Amino acid sequence: MATYFNEEFETLPRPALEALQLTRLRNALERVYATVPFYRASFDMAGIRPGDVKSLEDLQRLPFTTKQDMRDSYPYGLFAAPLEEIVRIHASSGTTGKPTVVGYTHKDIEVWSELMARSFVAAGAHRGDIIHNAYGYGLFTGGLGAHYGAERLGASVIPISGGNTRRQIMIMQDFGSTVLTCTPSYSLFMAEEARAEGVDIRDLKLRVGIFGAEPWSEAMRGEIEDKLNLDAIDIYGLSEIMGPGVAIECIEAKHGLHIWEDHFIPEIINPETGELLPVGETGELVITTITKQGIPLIRYRTRDVTSLTYEPCVCGRSHARITRMSGRSDDMIIVRGVNVFPSQIESVLVGIEGVEPHYLLIVDRHDNLDTLEVQVEVDERLFSDEVKVLQSLARRIEKEIKDMLGVTCKAKLVEPRTIQRSEGKAQRVIDKRKL
Amino acid sequence: MKVEQISIFIENKSGRLAEVTRVLGDAGVNIRALSLADTSDFGILRLIVNDCEAANRVLREQGFTVSKTEVVAVEVPDQPGGLTRILQVLDTEAINVEYMYAFVEQCGGNAVIIFRFDDSDRAIRALLTKGFTILDGQRLYTM
Repeated sequence: MATYFNEEFETLPRPALEALQLTRLRNALERVYATVPFYRASFDMAGIRPGDVKSLEDLQRLPFTTKQDMRDSYPYGLFAAPLEEIVRIHASSGTTGKPTVVGYTHKDIEVWSELMARSFVAAGAHRGDIIHNAYGYGLFTGGLGAHYGAERLGASVIPISGGNTRRQIMIMQDFGSTVLTCTPSYSLFMAEEARAEGVDIRDLKLRVGIFGAEPWSEAMRGEIEDKLNLDAIDIYGLSEIMGPGVAIECIEAKHGLHIWEDHFIPEIINPETGELLPVGETGELVITTITKQGIPLIRYRTRDVTSLTYEPCVCGRSHARITRMSGRSDDMIIVRGVNVFPSQIESVLVGIEGVEPHYLLIVDRHDNLDTLEVQVEVDERLFSDEVKVLQSLARRIEKEIKDMLGVTCKAKLVEPRTIQRSEGKAQRVIDKRKL
Repeated sequence: MKVEQISIFIENKSGRLAEVTRVLGDAGVNIRALSLADTSDFGILRLIVNDCEAANRVLREQGFTVSKTEVVAVEVPDQPGGLTRILQVLDTEAINVEYMYAFVEQCGGNAVIIFRFDDSDRAIRALLTKGFTILDGQRLYTM
């Protein structure tokens, strides 16, 4: 029997949930049209008024909002509430140019805390848990988002933040942490560091790991669960929409992430044409926030690639599920015309016995031809004193990637621990092409 | 009758080989024989040392990937055709040589060759039957 943080809303029957969405959507549209010049202009240009939206299907008539729109309105241009009501400001790391800035009212923080608390419960956490929160605290939403949710739940939160891995391991050991929150790649890094310190992380009290902020694969879940001896749960969020806790897997199914539909409306579109795709098809996730006050976003293009299902879930939650992210439409690399997501390479690698999911993709161009090099670390399980064994391993990696992705690559075996470990989001791709 | 060899994975980057020998030198480990198999991307350094345990430990501590393999050290008459006689025995028995390399020191006027066979036990029996001398680890490490 599943437990809930807010049973009434988490299990609301679909007709009631959709009626609630429509009411909230219409209110949100009225508010942004009245308070944000950007939306007034873009709705006017599309020839639609908030009052024209009479059903959830009408949502697709509205124009998209993009990350570029947020940059153009830097820093506060898209805020729908006056700064006097904004109690918190976060920003996403801008890899190019300025960061995108988001503001939260008191009410927004309350909603976020509740959704994060719901997410913790869905993941199998409860009051009495000791939550080791290794997401970074700061402008990044991960640390504080998980923190407020943990407090709202009534668990004990250790605000350890990222970095200083040895100390993290000591604290997990001494404080008896039962829930770990960090990026999936950092959890494996911790396991490795612990081993180097002579600690078997499997023996700690960790029971649940809630991992997000970067795409990961089902195969990597197996690896993490095995190396850390816990249930590894996928969480999704992005600062533009709120932060962590937009969607979460339930521990009962571990099959798709419930998106909290009483606050967000998800759609899946074709990233090329912008058309709405039929339910179940894979495309770019678009989210409309329907309760946010600080910076409501209408049809925000997340660039995350996934699909939606409304099938009932064994946990009893009525909220739709998105499938595990298969990548970001802008993380995607195109190699000789083939779309490649780093996460696809990762699932091939973890499927090969002994291969660690630490890898680096190097894309380059020689004589007008794209080249893809996959660097893989050789640890003791893979190593052999015979050249032919190592060479056949490299050939096998190349063949499996070719079979799965249809792209030819060169596998390069490198010494262990030479691929840079990240304590935040792992860098998986170096694109050297000068286009 | 077998001898312990350690193998080290080495990426094709300048300075990696020097790093291995430095680590071993600092630990007081003496290299008795070595061979380097190289490909365009990586190399495998195979070593016979006077203290296999210590070499294994210090290299791992420095983050190298190390494995231990059992190889066979055979005394070869230091004269023309000496090696051929050994290889003929192996050929007759259909035993494969995966790789081989020479030992630095001589043993009573004879050369010593390190072999890695696909079937070491059978190779040892065949060579002993034909009167060849196989050196054990203790003898070799202290030669």
